[in-house]
Amino acid sequence: MSIDIETAARVAKLARIRVDEDDLPQLAHAFNDILGFIEQLNEVDVEGVEPMVSVTPMRLKRRADGVTDGNMADRILSNAPDAREGFFAVPKVVE
Amino acid sequence: MLDLSYEPPKPKVIAGAKHDWELVIGMEVHAQVASQAKLFSGASTRFGAEPNSNVSFVDAAMPGMLPVINEFCIEQAVRTGLGLKAQINLVSAFDRKNYFYPDLPQGYQISQLYHPLVGEGEILVDMEPGIARLVRIERIHVEQDAGKSIHDMDPAMSFVDLNRTGVALMEIVSRPDIRGPEEAAAYVTKLRQILRYLCTCDGNMQNGNLRADVNVSVCRPGQYEKYQETQDFSHLGTRCEIKNMNSMRFIQAAIDYEARRQIALLEGGGSVVQETRLYDPDKGETRSMRSKEEAHDYRYFPCPDLLPLEIEQGWVDDIAASLPELPDEKKARFVTEFGLSEYDANVLTAETVNAAYFESVVREAGDGKLAANWVINELFGRLKKEDHGIDESPVTPAQLAGIIRLIKSDAISGKIAKDLFEIVYTEGGDPEVIVEERGMKQVTDTGAIETAVDEIIAANPAQVEKAKQNPKLAGWFVGQVMKATGGKANPKAVNQIVSAKLGL
Repeated sequence: MSIDIETAARVAKLARIRVDEDDLPQLAHAFNDILGFIEQLNEVDVEGVEPMVSVTPMRLKRRADGVTDGNMADRILSNAPDAREGFFAVPKVVE
Repeated sequence: MLDLSYEPPKPKVIAGAKHDWELVIGMEVHAQVASQAKLFSGASTRFGAEPNSNVSFVDAAMPGMLPVINEFCIEQAVRTGLGLKAQINLVSAFDRKNYFYPDLPQGYQISQLYHPLVGEGEILVDMEPGIARLVRIERIHVEQDAGKSIHDMDPAMSFVDLNRTGVALMEIVSRPDIRGPEEAAAYVTKLRQILRYLCTCDGNMQNGNLRADVNVSVCRPGQYEKYQETQDFSHLGTRCEIKNMNSMRFIQAAIDYEARRQIALLEGGGSVVQETRLYDPDKGETRSMRSKEEAHDYRYFPCPDLLPLEIEQGWVDDIAASLPELPDEKKARFVTEFGLSEYDANVLTAETVNAAYFESVVREAGDGKLAANWVINELFGRLKKEDHGIDESPVTPAQLAGIIRLIKSDAISGKIAKDLFEIVYTEGGDPEVIVEERGMKQVTDTGAIETAVDEIIAANPAQVEKAKQNPKLAGWFVGQVMKATGGKANPKAVNQIVSAKLGL
């Protein structure tokens, strides 16, 4: 798999990370390096091997259905650049 | 279980300018799990709380916060799956669906694309007595809801409330087995009924606890049958998805509009573009959500924060053993056990509270048919007049059973029974005592009835002559006698005596 400049630009846009036009070739190149490194894994024959999802045999931890959290709107909003009347205020999103 | 037999309904046909068209509809219903806390956090799910008060650091996607799954939510999804006779997958897994939107602080929704918790099931969608469509369920997966954006509070800003962020949803995906707008609404109605029987979702559409995305395409007659034979989608038209509807009326109107839009496009030589559309109830039309097009690249991948969800067969069996009697079974039982019409059984099983009320009445009064009549026509009719639900009924099942027993024992006539019902409804009291105290008992004493008949005959000689020539006029005398006795005379006895006295 090879990432071209156009794909790199699209990935950046979907992630809402601004990348200058001049930096795109470098970004595409970095993606390809990473993917190329990972593709080495395809050399291993894993026919019939169960996927390993954890290095220790663990069961997904569950919680009981009880309200134990919340009621701290001020703390939730404290890092927001703009908040009004208890809401996050963001530039208008028009549908 | 006793099954009622049924035939599938005819698909809806829309006549275009050139030829006939049929509709093919698949639905994705998002049902909010009736849990106290969210799917991956301990924040409350309560509706209508102050903005951003039901939010934990997990929901707000603060760095380093990790999701821990709410076991109750999983149980409810399994329960729903079992209620839809579906395959339960003992191993499922969570994936990240990535997209950017202000009310999604994580930048992804945790969902189940590759390994859903629940597999194939089915829903029998009743249209009318003896007519029903079996709709196949493809899957149910568990996922997080997003927050809520409010666009009309400020001209330049959108306001975001994260209270709903992270609430557990069950996405129930159907196969494209639905063939018209009415069927689509009936499908949602039936699904909602089953969810409410199971108590896994409260089905409150107004609050957005049950919302539907509808996939609509059109095809020429005959094409759908080819699809069903082969399961090959190429026989069908290109579909459009109408997002996020929370009213049965809008669902029907949106499908109808969308089908006609597609037909006009195709007959004009154009083609349908697969896209996401939004229904505008004010204008009664659907329009393209262009903003969604690029965002459709969701870049799904397994969620690294969560191990696969493994559940045990024994746990599933325990849930299965705790399932209540479901609508289809209850309806079939009402038809066979109480001799009800399918229509009446439908009405009485629509909500479990209605069914429970009816069964309490029958238990005390016997006579299912009479009880059904009184519950549906008198009680429901009266409650509806005041916009009351059955849980607000001033008449208890025991009181209604008392009235029915009085009718059955011929102590009161049907007409008096209605007056008695009104008294019990407005004033309360024991029906038997009321009948005694207010002298409402039916007069079966033939002597008393004879006296009344004699008096009326004596007072109306001209009518007597007419009736002798036209026996149908005897009814007039019966009416007069009933009036004279305040409706308390036994109508059958009055009929006989009037006929005998007039020599008919």
